[in-house]
Amino acid sequence: MKKLVISFLLAVMPVFVAAGHASELRLDKAPVNLRDQASLQRGAQMFVNYCLSCHSAKFMRYNRMGADLGISDEQLKANLMFGTDKVGDTMTVAMADEDSKAWFGNPPPDLSVIARARGADWLYAYMRTFYLDESKPMGVNNLAFPDVGMPHVLWKLQGLQKPVYRTNADGRNEIEGFEMVKPGTMEPAEYDAAVGDLVNFLVYMGEPMQLERQALGIKVLIFLTIFFVLAYLLKKEYWKDIH
Amino acid sequence: MSTMKKFMTWVDERFPATETWENHLSKYYAPKNFNFWYYFGSLAILILVMQILTGVWLAMSYKPDASLAFASVEYIMRDVNYGWLIRYMHSTGASAFFIVIYLHMFRGLIYGSYRKPRELLWIIGVIIYLAMMATAFFGYLLPWGQMSFWGAQVIVNLFSAVPFVGEELSIWVRGDYVISDATLNRFFAFHFLLPFILAALVFVHIVALHAVGSNNPDGIEIKQGPKGNRWSADAPADGIPFHPYYTVKDIVGVAGFLFLFAAALFFAPEMGGFFLEHPNFEPANPLKTPEHIAPVWYFTPFYAMLRAIPPIAGSQFPGVLVMFGAIAILFVLPWLDRSPVKSIRYKGPLFKIAIAIFVVSFVALGWLGVQGSTPAKTLLAQIFTALYFAFFVLMPWYSKIDKTKPVPERVTE
Repeated sequence: MKKLVISFLLAVMPVFVAAGHASELRLDKAPVNLRDQASLQRGAQMFVNYCLSCHSAKFMRYNRMGADLGISDEQLKANLMFGTDKVGDTMTVAMADEDSKAWFGNPPPDLSVIARARGADWLYAYMRTFYLDESKPMGVNNLAFPDVGMPHVLWKLQGLQKPVYRTNADGRNEIEGFEMVKPGTMEPAEYDAAVGDLVNFLVYMGEPMQLERQALGIKVLIFLTIFFVLAYLLKKEYWKDIH
Repeated sequence: MSTMKKFMTWVDERFPATETWENHLSKYYAPKNFNFWYYFGSLAILILVMQILTGVWLAMSYKPDASLAFASVEYIMRDVNYGWLIRYMHSTGASAFFIVIYLHMFRGLIYGSYRKPRELLWIIGVIIYLAMMATAFFGYLLPWGQMSFWGAQVIVNLFSAVPFVGEELSIWVRGDYVISDATLNRFFAFHFLLPFILAALVFVHIVALHAVGSNNPDGIEIKQGPKGNRWSADAPADGIPFHPYYTVKDIVGVAGFLFLFAAALFFAPEMGGFFLEHPNFEPANPLKTPEHIAPVWYFTPFYAMLRAIPPIAGSQFPGVLVMFGAIAILFVLPWLDRSPVKSIRYKGPLFKIAIAIFVVSFVALGWLGVQGSTPAKTLLAQIFTALYFAFFVLMPWYSKIDKTKPVPERVTE
């Protein structure tokens, strides 16, 4: 029986491999570490300075973020809150949907759970692959998000890069890499680290209870292990006279 | 007489409490040779109770309103005390429910638990499975994410493939021309109602089970075997009281299951996009169709069948028929099996090959259902759909000519 199953699986396997090819953008691994509070704080700083003017995070409360990232209410008010002075408020923006639609084509999406929708690695690629493209309204295009409506908000930090093309096997041009045209205030490695902090923060914001969840999970699993052993011994005791 | 005894006598004169306890637990004699596969029935009941309880608590904070639903789920995740735990229990529980039920059904398939005298028991089970799928389908719309919206759109559109009345029918189901607030409200109402119907069906399932008695891995009727065991002179010799023997055994199963369940819930609640799909973290947007619409994993085998059938004269109806036929055929299974034996232990090689192909086909269809369609994959889906149906349609033939082994008189270890 087992042999039959295995031989059948082996027989169909090549078909699946042949059917399963994918040609997606290769994504670098984003440096996500939710225990790195300093990184999350830097990410929060970037988020409120660069993203929160257009994008909301309307499910995230300022003081929840403060409590989780070790930022006091006073520090929040002084450094991270521009639209409101109530620490219990959520991160909303004043921009009306009609305006943003006229300016960007689409209202900028809320970013509360964007890391769960897009994935950290995609966000990390997105923020690093804006390139000059005169044919686009904002003068830039993006490798991870072709024809994106968003301007390159971090261009002063990263600088502006132009694509380097190569001709691939089927004769089409594809982007091989980038060449810096106008350097930004940050070195490339410094910029990657800053974007890494931002992505780390977005991952935190997508699921603020993640560390709490895992900590509780360890306790539950330890309890269940003990419970399993006791349940097993109880069963064995009852069943010893069943033959 | 002790106070407790007096109290029970008082109760028993008015309600058959002791009698019920004895008939269904302490003097219900189950075969003593249940194996691993027999845990999944009790686990399914555990999950049903858990889904109802977590569901009621979610409903306390959830808002079935197209403009509020998505936000209310995030409110539960962030602002309700342990709301994230309740929500993950519910979302992980939905997938766990299907895993457990698929294993429970597979147990029935390999040990012939659908055979006489258990035909109705099996049929009630298939009805439970249908009710479960309906519940899951209604529930999946509630988070009001992109996949909730577009998944429901695709499935409700299937009704419009019904000849003549299709268009009206799909509008009647949605309450609108597209999936909208009206649809969300009615789906919420049904999602709340159906689990209680499910619980009632499970009750009927157990009544039927206890009337005919449990099957076992040997497929032997212990009621027809010798009589007399330690507890009673006229009980089956191979039977043991359900309580305490199987209650303590099922507790071990519960502990093992909960360990795996908690591991998923606390460390991988999204399960790589299978339990919670990534596009569902974007709010429903009727103007933006996702690149790739796939139902949740437990529906994908049937979705793959739907897509495998080419439209005839521009109508998707044949695909819809095949998809529902894949479940409908389960209803007649008890009459398709002509084998003289019930259990796989004594069935011949033909059945073993058939069930192996069936399992591979079902899993493969599940995998194909989450993939985008290409001509190669459509062809594969067609082959596996044919194999899925062949398992049932050819059963009267291969089960009859199969070389079976002799069945022992008494159950084996």
